[in-house]
Amino acid sequence: MARIILNRLLGTLFVLFGVSLLVFLLIHLVPGDPVEVILGEQAQAADRESLRLALGLDKPMAVQWWEYMRGLLHADLGHSLYMHRPVSELLIERLPASAELALLSLLIAVMLALPLGLIAATQRGSGWDWLSSGFSLLGIAIPNFVFGPLLILLFSIWLGWLPVSGREQGLSIVLPALTLGTAMAAILSRMLRSSLLEVLGEDFVRSARARGLHPLRVLFRHALNNAMLPLITLLGLQLGGLLAGAVITETVFDWPGIGRLTIEAIQRRDYPLLQGCVLFISLVYVLINLLTDMTYRFIDPRIRVST
Amino acid sequence: MKQYLAYLPGSLLLIWVVLAVASLWLPLSPEHIALEHILQSPTLANGLGYDDLGRPVLDRLLLGARTSLAVAFAVMLISLVVGTVVGVLSAWWGGYADQLLMRITDIFLAFPGILLALALAGLLGPGILNVVIALSVVGWVGFARLARAQVLVVREREHLQAARALGSSQWRCLWQHVLPLIAAPLIVEATFAVSGLIVAEAGLSFLGLGVQPPASSWGSMLCDGARYLLVAPHLVVIPGLALMSIVLAVNLLGDQLRDRLDVKA
Repeated sequence: MARIILNRLLGTLFVLFGVSLLVFLLIHLVPGDPVEVILGEQAQAADRESLRLALGLDKPMAVQWWEYMRGLLHADLGHSLYMHRPVSELLIERLPASAELALLSLLIAVMLALPLGLIAATQRGSGWDWLSSGFSLLGIAIPNFVFGPLLILLFSIWLGWLPVSGREQGLSIVLPALTLGTAMAAILSRMLRSSLLEVLGEDFVRSARARGLHPLRVLFRHALNNAMLPLITLLGLQLGGLLAGAVITETVFDWPGIGRLTIEAIQRRDYPLLQGCVLFISLVYVLINLLTDMTYRFIDPRIRVST
Repeated sequence: MKQYLAYLPGSLLLIWVVLAVASLWLPLSPEHIALEHILQSPTLANGLGYDDLGRPVLDRLLLGARTSLAVAFAVMLISLVVGTVVGVLSAWWGGYADQLLMRITDIFLAFPGILLALALAGLLGPGILNVVIALSVVGWVGFARLARAQVLVVREREHLQAARALGSSQWRCLWQHVLPLIAAPLIVEATFAVSGLIVAEAGLSFLGLGVQPPASSWGSMLCDGARYLLVAPHLVVIPGLALMSIVLAVNLLGDQLRDRLDVKA
């Protein structure tokens, strides 16, 4: 077990190194001079030179990379060009909004997906199953940037119940969380249905029923436990993806999270900030995946023994 | 009834493709501004209504269909070809090259896909060609992993040993004896990729990184329309429905293909 964990940690370290390298190359190998892009073509030669110095672009690439890596080890992500503040400070400032949104979306997703998946799998072929499958199909087919505005139209404009955007009011979080949560629930419930159907067909479920156990006990104690594994993997992937997927949803609702910060960085051509955002989101994504991996190794003895 | 229902997803996709292609010859005026019609809702007389500049929504929708489908199919083909070649050769040759390639794909997979495409599109600057590049850079990885896994399964099959014993060259083996065996899962994956790419293109255009005005994409229509939700909800509803219908059709088609070709999920 310890060796497996060590191996996984080493692998993660390697991936993180690769990610940081790729982000560095992304910024430096993309055609076009960043200085020209930032300042425009009519900029004064002196301004260009000072920005070039500020960005450290005058040094050889290897030196730039070395300084960038050394900064990363000290959690120094450089300075934002537009806001003139350390990138790490900006990220930390936006983190609570993003985390809050991610957690509430996850909660909504699980609360929607569990009953839908359970009903669909236990009452296979019934009206409930159709309803649940229809929900999944539509939820997957309607992107966040369509569903979000539709929710605004219904709940904010026609009914007037919830704020349109921003984060000033307590209820502002409801619509973006509902947008993200529903989309996740669509994928999760579909997965839960197929995974439960598979488990319900297994011998141990049949023998549990034959022993006369209450059907609900069979479902919750025997079947659901075993159907949870693929779900946990998916949940981990989704939670990691939430931070990235929230880029669009946060833009729709003007939610001041890290996704919104990423878009602001792109629009203002704030390269150090963009670099920091991409690195940060990927870091969270990789760590959450590592954690999920560890979790199900811990939950399921079969995996612990076999690999 | 049921057997006709099965044709629905395919037909829906076909209709969109035909509309998108036909729009090349139809007398559309997507950039014609009619100030007297600004923000008018759909009626029998004025088709699907007009947008905030008084341009006909129907014409822009068809133009958007062309953008969406062209980008999605182009990126799918690039990713499919590049990914398959890389994945097949990686598995076929094995050794250090294989190890290296897999570590590279690990790194790509460590990003949430859309984030990398977003950052790349942002760095390359707005424009439809850059969207194609950004999405392809992200897209090939999945195909490479899938192709590699498939080749590893069939590599030691006996018919391949027979082909080799009969003196077939390496390329002939790959082309004639490996590719047909691994095609089915790749085709299914490619189908689902198309719907994912349609959404991704719309998403990037929604964020202003895709087509530039006055060109049209469903994503940019949605972005512009979202500002007039109160007075002209049709500007969001119509491109939204279009997007939903095509994604739904392609996903259902993918499910059907998967069942037909007997590919495991």
